[in-house]
Amino acid sequence: MALPNKPKGELKAVVNPEVVEHDVDILIIGGGMAACGAAFEVKKWAPEGMKIVLVDKASLQRSGAVAQGLSAINTYIGENPIESYVKMVRNDLMGVVREDLIYDCGRHVDESVKLFEEWGLPIWKKDAAGETLDGAKPAKTLREGGTPVRTGKWQIMINGESYKCIVAEPAATALGADNIHERIFIVKLLLDKNKANQIAGAVGFSTRENKVHVYRCKAACVACGGAVNIFRPRSTGEGKGRAWYPVWNAGSTYTMCAQVGATLTMMENRFTPARFKDGYGPVGAWFLLFKAKVQNGLGEFYANSASVKDELSKFMPYGGSPVTPTCLRNHLMINELKEGRGPLYMATDVALNAFLDDRKAAGMNDKDLKKFWKHLESEAWEDFLDMSVGQAGLWAGMNVEPEKTGSEIMPTEPYMLGSHSGCCGIWCSGPEEAWVPTINNPSRAHQYKWGYNRMTTVDGLFTAGDGVGASGHKFSSGSHAEGRICAKQMVKFCRDNASFKPELKQTVQELAAEIYAPVKLYMENVGLSTAADVNPAYCKPAGLMMRLMKATDEYGGGVATYYMTSGKLLNICLDLLKLLREDGEKMAAGDLHELLRCWENYHRIWCVEAHIRHIEFRKESRYPGFYYRSDFPTVDDQNWKCFVNSTYNPDTKEWKCEKVECVNILPTEPWL
Amino acid sequence: MPSYVDPSKCDGCKGGDKTACMYICPNDLMVLNVEEMKAYNQEPDACWECYSCVKICPQGAIFVRGYDDFVPMGGQVHPMRSSNDIMWTVKFRNGNLKRFKFPIRTTAEGAANAYVAQKGASLDDECLLLESNLPTPKI
Repeated sequence: MALPNKPKGELKAVVNPEVVEHDVDILIIGGGMAACGAAFEVKKWAPEGMKIVLVDKASLQRSGAVAQGLSAINTYIGENPIESYVKMVRNDLMGVVREDLIYDCGRHVDESVKLFEEWGLPIWKKDAAGETLDGAKPAKTLREGGTPVRTGKWQIMINGESYKCIVAEPAATALGADNIHERIFIVKLLLDKNKANQIAGAVGFSTRENKVHVYRCKAACVACGGAVNIFRPRSTGEGKGRAWYPVWNAGSTYTMCAQVGATLTMMENRFTPARFKDGYGPVGAWFLLFKAKVQNGLGEFYANSASVKDELSKFMPYGGSPVTPTCLRNHLMINELKEGRGPLYMATDVALNAFLDDRKAAGMNDKDLKKFWKHLESEAWEDFLDMSVGQAGLWAGMNVEPEKTGSEIMPTEPYMLGSHSGCCGIWCSGPEEAWVPTINNPSRAHQYKWGYNRMTTVDGLFTAGDGVGASGHKFSSGSHAEGRICAKQMVKFCRDNASFKPELKQTVQELAAEIYAPVKLYMENVGLSTAADVNPAYCKPAGLMMRLMKATDEYGGGVATYYMTSGKLLNICLDLLKLLREDGEKMAAGDLHELLRCWENYHRIWCVEAHIRHIEFRKESRYPGFYYRSDFPTVDDQNWKCFVNSTYNPDTKEWKCEKVECVNILPTEPWL
Repeated sequence: MPSYVDPSKCDGCKGGDKTACMYICPNDLMVLNVEEMKAYNQEPDACWECYSCVKICPQGAIFVRGYDDFVPMGGQVHPMRSSNDIMWTVKFRNGNLKRFKFPIRTTAEGAANAYVAQKGASLDDECLLLESNLPTPKI
């Protein structure tokens, strides 16, 4: 057998890649819901001849967080006032949000959902008798006034296996196939040589051939999702792929924007969802559609107990809402687990049988009851099969029948995102309208609007979806709408800056050398060892990722400590991250897949550093249940009901963290 | 729950212009070994079990075996996807079988209206395509 000192992948890397240069007006980076929204919308506003390219590290049909499908659209305003949506998000995210961005998302989101239905997405409806019809049954469309099946106030049910394929199709048609560059991983944004604080391009590489791609552009939208595999997951073997959020989201959005000086906001926020244990299947439909409740190890449905009410009253006004904020729901679960009252079960058996008992009590005959049960069972399984097949696989392997036995639920490892029940991200301009607050401060890092909606603090650099901070609960539909907002604004930016000609600071050869540095390091040193993965001169991305996740888990408030950290621990974490950042430059790649992993890890390290810096700066525990600081264990509205914004200066290479005023646009009395 | 390829069924997509699983995998996991003309999952512990490769494989050669660190052996979930619906077969460890069929699309593939010829009205307001009279918050 040959010695294991050869590159492993099928697509070997070479030291000197070919360089391909592209000149475009607008660059869309990413391929998920937000990027597809931008691609669909942009041509509607662009003048003839404007060159627009979308570049995606995957393929558009199955790219981003919706790749697998979804069983619900979580944001559809419909009959509700947009103001109620803003208040719900404000409360769920513990008061510190950009109400302008949330309201703006709320007024555009339904149009995206109506387009999805028109394009072919099956949306469940209610018939005249109030019974549920699946999305393929004839019924009025949403545009025609059809009634969707609401689970919660904001969610509607879909048959969403092909959700992403359906949304990608008109995006690709609109831009034209030649303008969709797939399997190119953009890893760095590039500033202009002449005009300060202006985006001028981006650089990345093909994961299929040895080519570095350099794009020059006048405006760019970066929408590459959130960050996953940044904290040690509960499953560290094969199962670490079964992340709750898509495992290919590597924090690229935050890192790339931060590195060119875009101000970040609320990077202390993280999302630690409570999901079915190990399979990480969704719980939303179980809670909302099937009305299931959580039972502790003593068999108690603890959620309505007197002690829980007492606990929630410590977090007013947030704890007093009819729907408890996501982090506080986690907090209650964690309390049960820490007190030894685990495991926690989603009582699927109780919930499903309650439906059957109701029908029996109403006099339903056995035949109809059987039919009803078939339908109910199918709905329950579809929830997993649409969006988390692995959970169905786990139930199959464990012989779980949800009508007979409950299933364990568990808070997962932390994730960073800005579109779900989390709100870390980039500080963006809101709409240029009178109702958006004007702040008397010369710095964009404190302002709420500077001319172009969803533009970051860097001229010409826009973001959407997980990228936009302080405005969660967009989910798939809101991310698409936000991409559409960016598209129009980018065209406007190009029109207003028609004379701008982007020029890069670096030569394309310098850029290619930087992108391919891990390959050079590998080639120069692989001979130092008989085994390619153990070498004194370099490290491999797989090992470095484990090192990162160990550091965050143990010092940054991961599952190892029930999400508890402190100033002391955070500073140790920052010291470890500094070493990781240095060693990040010693990652080596023998093939193109490994080169992808090197750059993903590099992005992970940077965005985690921002996360830890923010938690360290904020001297309170804003999100109990997502993380706790033992030295500042309470929510401190008096001192910390404000944003924390941070800016990395690409010239001095220094970070600056600051408090930024949080303005309520909607009345705070009543809070909800 | 990593995907795996049945060598007796995989033909490396010889008849096509691209290897389907390699084309679709969102995480760059599926690769083709050109000597054997067979595909494989090159990084099973980075597999999200999104089933994109399973659904797209023209030979039905790709399956999923549960993550070995928490899924007991013997179960399997496998889809058959057509242009308008998907049929799932869930096989339990104890041999029980369940089948579910769900719609996935109500229009023909390629029929989604991209509004190609349509242009927006004014670049200087916040209305997107098909929108007018945008509300502002009632304060």
